[in-house]
Amino acid sequence: MVNHNLIDELFDSARGGDQRGLGKLLTMVERQSEVAARVSERAHRDAGQARIVGVTGAPGVGKSTITGRLAAVAGTARPAILAVDPSSPLTGGAILGDRIRMDNYAGSGAFIRSMATRGHAGGLSVAVPDAVRVLDAAGCDPIFVETVGVGQVEVSIATAADTAVVVVTPGWGDAVQANKAGLLEVADVLVVNKADRPDARGTRRDLEVMLDLGHQCGWRAPIVLTAATEGEGIDDLWTEIGRHIAHLHRSGELVHRRSRRRRGEVADRIKLHLSERVHQIVQNESGETVLERVDRNELSPAAAELLLSPLNPDNPPED
Amino acid sequence: MGEPPVNASLPPSAETEAPIRVVLAKLGFDGHDRGLKVVARTLRDAGMEVIYLGLRQTTDSIVAACEQEDADVIGLSMHNAGHLTLAPRMVQAVDQAGLDVPVVIGGIVPADDVPTLTDSGVAAVIGPGASAEEVVSAVKASVSRQAASQ
Ligand SMILES: Nc1nc2c(ncn2[C@@H]2O[C@H](COP(=O)(O)OP(=O)(O)OP(=O)(O)O)[C@@H](O)[C@H]2O)c(=O)[nH]1
Ligand SMILES: [Mg+2]
Repeated sequence: MVNHNLIDELFDSARGGDQRGLGKLLTMVERQSEVAARVSERAHRDAGQARIVGVTGAPGVGKSTITGRLAAVAGTARPAILAVDPSSPLTGGAILGDRIRMDNYAGSGAFIRSMATRGHAGGLSVAVPDAVRVLDAAGCDPIFVETVGVGQVEVSIATAADTAVVVVTPGWGDAVQANKAGLLEVADVLVVNKADRPDARGTRRDLEVMLDLGHQCGWRAPIVLTAATEGEGIDDLWTEIGRHIAHLHRSGELVHRRSRRRRGEVADRIKLHLSERVHQIVQNESGETVLERVDRNELSPAAAELLLSPLNPDNPPED
Repeated sequence: MGEPPVNASLPPSAETEAPIRVVLAKLGFDGHDRGLKVVARTLRDAGMEVIYLGLRQTTDSIVAACEQEDADVIGLSMHNAGHLTLAPRMVQAVDQAGLDVPVVIGGIVPADDVPTLTDSGVAAVIGPGASAEEVVSAVKASVSRQAASQ
């Protein structure tokens, strides 16, 4: 079994730049378990130094290409990328293809990890912050988190960063979709990628109008045009991200953001473990007995809840 | 300091059920990745997580991906008759890096070459006519053999 010495050793070597040790630690936090909690706890001690940048947007807009390029221009020794993709709900498997677009650009110093959502998105809202914490504690900076901007959890993960970058492509559709999905509201920096295609400027104007209609306090998301495959606009994008981070520091907003993020994470952890508990309860034998009585209409759903809920103090805390 | 006991309260779930993670790549310079994509889908449909590296990989880039992704197995596709040099080179690179990751190869490999390849440390060779089930079970078997040998 995994003991504390092993976790400490892995952290020591990961801080020294050992990619395999870091890879193993990430596997541990990914498998939410007792070990994950200990790794997270250990990472907590050394984390808090890294700049965290979320990158989100519709499928195929160029998030991975942009992220790989950003890792290269960041100019640090050890940038990291966490690329999150959905698992198949049917089989639990996943094809994680982000590295193809990143490897070529990011440079050999970059640490890239692909992560599948593994069934329940609720797990992701715990596993991703833990993984970021481990990367941070290992000395990686900046840390980019790529998620597809569909689904609330995915969006909230990317925006639980210091800086949230939202990517769209030319054409009215993408921008409108992003607006509808609530992505524009949470964007700290907006990117119109594939600017080598027609109408990127038109899309920028559309976004400006939408931003005018929204409300802002203290920071208006700048809009950057990029052609990521060519590397165009990436320096500008990195500059704007840097400006946003400077703004966070100057305004004191960084402290607020990070505190909001941590509070959210505490709630998410409790939710995850409660929902696992609920899952166990309805699946075990006494749960099944009660549910069968609901089937036969002998019990109302409300009465069944009272009988089964771990929140009802009359119910014994059983395993 | 009072540490929480291991396995105190959480279900055994994740630890045992974690999907197999496969790094899938093509080594060297050969053409297309259609076959590789089919294999990727097959493995995904069998519940595995496929880290897809695609074409033109080097032994170094594959080893780096394995370390970062903490992969359980490497799947290599070969179509350019370079398997007799490339596959053993991959096994060597994995060994040199100190990784315990089996190397499974697929593609157009003549049956006569299979013994040579397995002698050089390749965990399994999947022939061109293999069914989806055969692909999946070869990958699974190589992972569990590796786990058992530790
Ligand atoms: N023309 C053009 N194509 C681009 C540009 N950036 C990315 N692409 C292409 O768009 C496709 C998708 O790029 P990715 O970087 O994988 O996009 P993504 O948003 O990460 O995709 P998912 O992770 O699958 O959602 C690839 O074929 C890229 O080569 C660009 O600036 N211009
Ligand atoms: Mg991507």
